[in-house]
Amino acid sequence: MDLLEYQGKQLFAKHGVPIPEGRPATSPGEAAEAADALGYPVVVKAQVLIGGRGKAGGIKLAKDRTEVEQHAAAILGMDIRGLTVREVYIEKASDIAEEYYAAIVFDRSARAPLVMLSRMGGMDVEEIAESDPKAIVRVHIDPLVGFQDFHGRLLAFEAGIAEDVIRPVGALLAKLYDTFVEEDAMLVEVNPLLVTGDRQVVALDSKFTVDGSALWRHPDTAAFRNPSADDPQEAMARERGLTYVKLDGDIGILGNGAGLVMSTLDVVAQAGGQPANFLDAGGGSKAEAIVDAVEVILSDPKVRAVLFNIFGGITRCDEVARGLVTAFGQIDVKVPFVVRLDGTNDEEGRRILAEADLPGVHVEKTMLGAAARVVELAAGS
Amino acid sequence: MSILIDSDTKLVVSGLTGREGTFHGLNNRRYGTDLVAGVTPGKGGQDVEGVPIFNTVHDAVSETGANTSMVFVPPRFAADAVLEAADAGVELVICITEGIPAHDMLRVYTHLKRTSTRLIGPNCPGVLSPGKANVGIIPAHFFSPGGVGLVSRSGTLTYQIGNEIAGRGFGNSTIVGIGGDPVVGSSFIDVIALFEADPETELIVMCGEIGGDEEERTADYIAEHVSKPVVAYIAGFTAPPGKTMGHAGAIVSGSKGTAAAKAEALEAKGVRVGRTPTEVAEIAASTLGAAAA
Repeated sequence: MDLLEYQGKQLFAKHGVPIPEGRPATSPGEAAEAADALGYPVVVKAQVLIGGRGKAGGIKLAKDRTEVEQHAAAILGMDIRGLTVREVYIEKASDIAEEYYAAIVFDRSARAPLVMLSRMGGMDVEEIAESDPKAIVRVHIDPLVGFQDFHGRLLAFEAGIAEDVIRPVGALLAKLYDTFVEEDAMLVEVNPLLVTGDRQVVALDSKFTVDGSALWRHPDTAAFRNPSADDPQEAMARERGLTYVKLDGDIGILGNGAGLVMSTLDVVAQAGGQPANFLDAGGGSKAEAIVDAVEVILSDPKVRAVLFNIFGGITRCDEVARGLVTAFGQIDVKVPFVVRLDGTNDEEGRRILAEADLPGVHVEKTMLGAAARVVELAAGS
Repeated sequence: MSILIDSDTKLVVSGLTGREGTFHGLNNRRYGTDLVAGVTPGKGGQDVEGVPIFNTVHDAVSETGANTSMVFVPPRFAADAVLEAADAGVELVICITEGIPAHDMLRVYTHLKRTSTRLIGPNCPGVLSPGKANVGIIPAHFFSPGGVGLVSRSGTLTYQIGNEIAGRGFGNSTIVGIGGDPVVGSSFIDVIALFEADPETELIVMCGEIGGDEEERTADYIAEHVSKPVVAYIAGFTAPPGKTMGHAGAIVSGSKGTAAAKAEALEAKGVRVGRTPTEVAEIAASTLGAAAA
């Protein structure tokens, strides 16, 4: 789960990472009030989960109340690379002496947190890596030992940052590491990490990804979820506890088990079709879950045909078949379905479907046969 | 022979008294696995259909000689249960639980590397050595003993491919689900090294998916250390970047972890990659058929 800049900064502040003062706002009036309370000049910053906000005109300096209202009015509702801005963050303007880069990532490959520091802040880390790979200093941290003061010194000296801020930058990194671990982050990035004219070190931006599996121990972070930013089908699926990812095509897909569903998408694409979604009904899917899944898939108006690819392990094919029969009783289904049932109780499942004789439901025996059939039906319907 | 589990396996299940734990634990026992104990704190002295329950894994090990643990407890208790089993000296821990926080697993992984305990999973279907033992939720009736070692990040996809291989008349030495999380106890490399050393395994099938760089590293390892034929499958060619495809670890980050890059890396090292589960089974069957002829 990705957090907006100001949400990430709230978590920074909780762990003592210094940030400039600021407040979120959802209207020009609220923005002006926030700016009055903070004192001028302020920066009005679009809150969207995408980079390049500045270039898109989503970050503006305002020297008085009128300017704050103007900028907030222009930025709220603005489209930045496909995302609509619904909130702005009003932040006290900082004067900039140096811009550094700091980040901690959950390095799967090394199976350790990776702390990175560079004196070349303000640009993408990929750009830094390209222009001067040595400018990014990297240190892996043993998760059972944690971040020590020497790690901070090692990073700061090697990165070649200004000598007078070696100590405060090290201290900030230590607090950033606390944030990373205690908030169950997969990524925290501070770009730029700012040294102000009076040599204060502050996090001027935040990029923050939290482990979705750990949200149960962070109810405040879980509440950050902003449903208005979600795709409507994805929001509906989440409410019903289904694992669903919206894609661009017109063939609805349901399967059981993440690997099999991914494989099903691939096989449909190879057969010349375009999957509309990823939907994993999970292990042991019961009939009600199937009804929910059919509703979610069909709520996408682009869907022209649906493929059910079930290999029964814990999931029983007869349960899936019953769920499909129930779903057809409750929902007015207008598109063709291809159903492939294999594994536990597959014969019983196919018998149930044959008896129910649902309109537009085609039963196929193999995964490849089912993929070819659904592509044909989507093209023809 | 087989790897990891066999007729010498003595299994203790953490969470045996839970609904899923009881169902699958007893299912494993019916298959022939020697289920010797369950652990549920506070329920020591009770039993589940004749299987004694202990308060701690330590008690279960000292009373029954358990050498393998299956963890079937909810995510917030799972890391603790794995560490408890390791502390009690259990050699092999198989963790089925899905949804364990990644930071918890990082600590568990780092600690276990300093012990002699091997972890399979989490977020995995378990391990099956057909005809000998089944630990986990793999539907064993699809599989028979044979020469194909199967290792996978995914459950149902493994059944799909395993079933297609079985349909062509070939059985399995052992089937290992290593799990779909960002940090798992054993990697493809760890399991493939065991298959390479296992006399019964004639051919190895690995089933990877998007995310991380395990498959790429495995390609290098195979080129240098594996003499047996390896056939691979990679799921997720159509997965868009930045979206988690069901498994917590299945995510393309920027341009990293794509299926195409993984398939290329494997093919560059001489590993044949099937483009569909069916093609994987065909390649495996023709390779084994040619070896037998």
